[in-house]
Amino acid sequence: MRRVVDISKHELVPKHEVMSEEEAKELLERLNITKGQLPKILKSDPMVQKIKAKPGDIIKITRKSPTAGTTIYYRVVVNE
Amino acid sequence: MRIIPKKVERIKFGLLSPEMIRKLAEVKIVTADTYDEDGYPIEGGLMDPRLGVVDPGLRCKTCGSRVGDCPGHFGRIELARPVIHVGYAKLINKILRSTCRECGRVLLPEEKIEEFREELKRAKKIGKNEEPIVEELFKLARASKTCPHCGAEQMDIKFEKPTTFIEVVEGRQHRLSPIEVRERLERVTDGDAEVMGFDVSVARPEWMVLTVLLVPPVTVRPSITLESGERSEDDLTHKLVDIIRINQRLEENMEAGAPQLIIEDLWELLQYHVTTYFNNEVAGVPPARHRSGRPLKTLAQRLKGKEGRFRSNLSGKRVNYSARTVISPDPNLSINEVGVPEIIARELTIPEIVTPMNIERLKKLVRNGPHRYPGANYVERPDGARLSLARVRDIDELLEKIEPGWKVHRHLIDGDIVLFNRQPSLHRMSIMAHEVKVLPYKTFRLNLCVCPPYNADFDGDEMNLHAIQSQEARAEARVLMRVQEQILSPRFGGPIIGGIHDHISGAYLLTQPEVRFTKEEAFHLLYASGIKKPLPEPAYEENGRAYYTGKQIFSMLLPEDLTLRYKAKVCKKCEVCKEEECEYDAYVVIEKGELKCGVMDEKSFGAFAGELLDRIVKDYGTDAAREFLDRVTKLVINFITWRGFSTGIDDEDLPEEAKERIAEILDDAEKSVFELIRAYNDKILEQLPGRTLEETLEMRIMEVLSEARDKTGAIANEYLEREERRRRHENSARIMAVSGARGSLLNLTQMAACVGQQSVRGERIKRGYSGRTLPHFKVGDISARAKGFVRSSYKQGLSPLEFFFHNMGGREGLVDTAVRTSQSGYMQRRLINALQDLKVEYDHTVRDTRGVIVEFQHGEDGSDPSRTDWGKMVNVKNIVQKYARMEAE
Ligand SMILES: [Mg+2]
Ligand SMILES: [Zn+2]
Ligand SMILES: [Zn+2]
Ligand SMILES: [Zn+2]
Repeated sequence: MRRVVDISKHELVPKHEVMSEEEAKELLERLNITKGQLPKILKSDPMVQKIKAKPGDIIKITRKSPTAGTTIYYRVVVNE
Repeated sequence: MRIIPKKVERIKFGLLSPEMIRKLAEVKIVTADTYDEDGYPIEGGLMDPRLGVVDPGLRCKTCGSRVGDCPGHFGRIELARPVIHVGYAKLINKILRSTCRECGRVLLPEEKIEEFREELKRAKKIGKNEEPIVEELFKLARASKTCPHCGAEQMDIKFEKPTTFIEVVEGRQHRLSPIEVRERLERVTDGDAEVMGFDVSVARPEWMVLTVLLVPPVTVRPSITLESGERSEDDLTHKLVDIIRINQRLEENMEAGAPQLIIEDLWELLQYHVTTYFNNEVAGVPPARHRSGRPLKTLAQRLKGKEGRFRSNLSGKRVNYSARTVISPDPNLSINEVGVPEIIARELTIPEIVTPMNIERLKKLVRNGPHRYPGANYVERPDGARLSLARVRDIDELLEKIEPGWKVHRHLIDGDIVLFNRQPSLHRMSIMAHEVKVLPYKTFRLNLCVCPPYNADFDGDEMNLHAIQSQEARAEARVLMRVQEQILSPRFGGPIIGGIHDHISGAYLLTQPEVRFTKEEAFHLLYASGIKKPLPEPAYEENGRAYYTGKQIFSMLLPEDLTLRYKAKVCKKCEVCKEEECEYDAYVVIEKGELKCGVMDEKSFGAFAGELLDRIVKDYGTDAAREFLDRVTKLVINFITWRGFSTGIDDEDLPEEAKERIAEILDDAEKSVFELIRAYNDKILEQLPGRTLEETLEMRIMEVLSEARDKTGAIANEYLEREERRRRHENSARIMAVSGARGSLLNLTQMAACVGQQSVRGERIKRGYSGRTLPHFKVGDISARAKGFVRSSYKQGLSPLEFFFHNMGGREGLVDTAVRTSQSGYMQRRLINALQDLKVEYDHTVRDTRGVIVEFQHGEDGSDPSRTDWGKMVNVKNIVQKYARMEAE
């Protein structure tokens, strides 16, 4: 039997969420950018697969930060 | 001329085909001679006038333009026999080994080749690196012994650097001539070339074997006329002359039907010259030399390395309106100022546009001319033409013509804003804007407080100065780059500009409780430091005379509503701080601009540590901080000069009793080392977790010895301090160490008590002879003395053995710093390259020039570290104090 580890439960893996269509649109408008100007994340990334995000989706990552407590980062899923 | 803006979308690199070279070339170069007897360039020679113009006044034979407009034109040399291009020899080798010697196909089955083609296509589409794929193909193809296409047997090919290929046929070695190599490369199909990474529209494999050589225009290799009238040719021209000579001889010999051996020798020679023409530093090839013995600088040498085109001319350039000289200190200048020697002020100019308001002033400067200060060096007409005032004959005639709209390039004068820089420019405070103060003599002068950000001292350091040429740049420099705007470091959120050395000793001595001044003395000090405020009530009277304390004088520099408390550098870190009652006067309390208690030391306004200065910049602004620094440094320097302060070797004198105690401690330590060794030998030493027994012993020994050294240091300090108090005789060395002015208690310990363990690579010294460090010890001796423990103090002097160990440790220190600087320098270059065009936008995002976001909130909290309290967003203590104060009022 294959042992499956839920990586999202790991201490060092921050929270990843797929943003809804509207949220994504709102974000891009707020930053006045296109998707291409967002940081990228591979679709093969284990967390991307875990939350079943598709290429083109924007992922919202909520991280712990030594300077700000928590901080939010956005990455767009790309093919390769 | 109208400039049409164009955006470079992509750059494509390829090889030059022989046809392309012939098309590019205006001239076929046939003769090695350059000039005839009359000094005119020979047609068909390397200086053919059709290759472009270098002499002013002449027109180009090809394009008809003059110098500067003519870009220069290429020529060509038809090579009698082909030669290998050194730069591609490695790739040629790979292709020869991966393709069939008969049919020229890649030595892989068709399906496999198609597979690679697909993979490459995919990689190209997503912008992945194609190189590893091609490498993989080479690796696979190389392995096949027979051709899958025609069945021909493949021979082993050896590559002899730099340009020779040898095929092993039936055990016999056969040297492949460039002709044969070229033929094989010609047989490679376009499709196969593509899977080997070629874009055949711009690069065919056989173009890597040269049949025609492109000759660069004369503008690329201008000849210089020496003072003697003799012409000196560029290194490239020399090299090309060699190539033509040999090429000619080869051709003649071939025509004459000379023996094969001679032809091959000449051919080899031609290969050598073409190789060194491209790169004169090829491994295994003796570099071509000038008559003087200096190696020639050929094409690759022009581009490569620190002095190459990229690093020297593109990444960094020489500039005008700049000056460089030795620096020296001047405590009378403001931190914002820089002293500029008059000769430099006369050379550097600032353009000023003539207006009705300044015309009279500027005309006066123009009349003074370039030699009389303050004057001007050039005037510029509205059409941009520049007239040098050194060459103007009738100055009055010129002055008549000057009217609003002209520009006068006048000398630097007091108050001009300039940029001042010291290399290595490691952080932004390495270039700051200063106000000019024109002074006599020949050095740049600067206030001592700005030494820390520049990391400057005056042992011969030189600095650069740049006169800013435009109004906008000047405004920007003044607002953003002025020294006073840089007091707070973005590195740690505290002041990086501040008092050093005597400033700290001076402040420390001035604010000692017992320091007192008469009214006259007080006035004298205040006048010297530029304080124009009424004296407060005297602290006390004695025998009818009023006295002011040092703290009172110091308080006169403080903002009137400043309230602050902090622990001074001299604080002993007692378990329970007695605060105001501290017997060492180490608790600083400032209330309403009055220094109630505590002594001023490094923590007050020292660079990197100044709490008081920090408070002043953050709460009262940079103007107040600059004024405070200028005044406080003048005050303390005047005080310490008046009072006197010096150090000598007797500052490290210890009473006999102290020396005995130190010896005792060291004896004990050596004894405990022996005991540890005995315990180890008797196998009763307790092992530390995760360590071997040997490691444990070593660690315990080091522990004992370092503890012993610290103890001797404590004793030394105790006695020095006690002597100071008992004899009321100050110890300057100790004062400097505790106040943070210079040196540390460790330095004192080493001078007065015991130097301590010497180490190489963090271990006690172990290298040398087998089983021992020096022949003076028994094999296996691991006692303190035998492994580099220096028991003596610097003042006592080291024994020869100790001296030797000390030198070993010292050498490591030197090597480390040398290695570290070069490594960190390289790292810095790479970091700067990676980060140079990232910018914090107004919405606090960090983006590059394409608008790609790197951070959504700068530093994740959007803070500017230089505006934080030592990196912390909120200073709770400060807020509580402020609130408590408000409550009380
Ligand atoms: Mg120096
Ligand atoms: Zn021309
Ligand atoms: Zn074949
Ligand atoms: Zn204390």
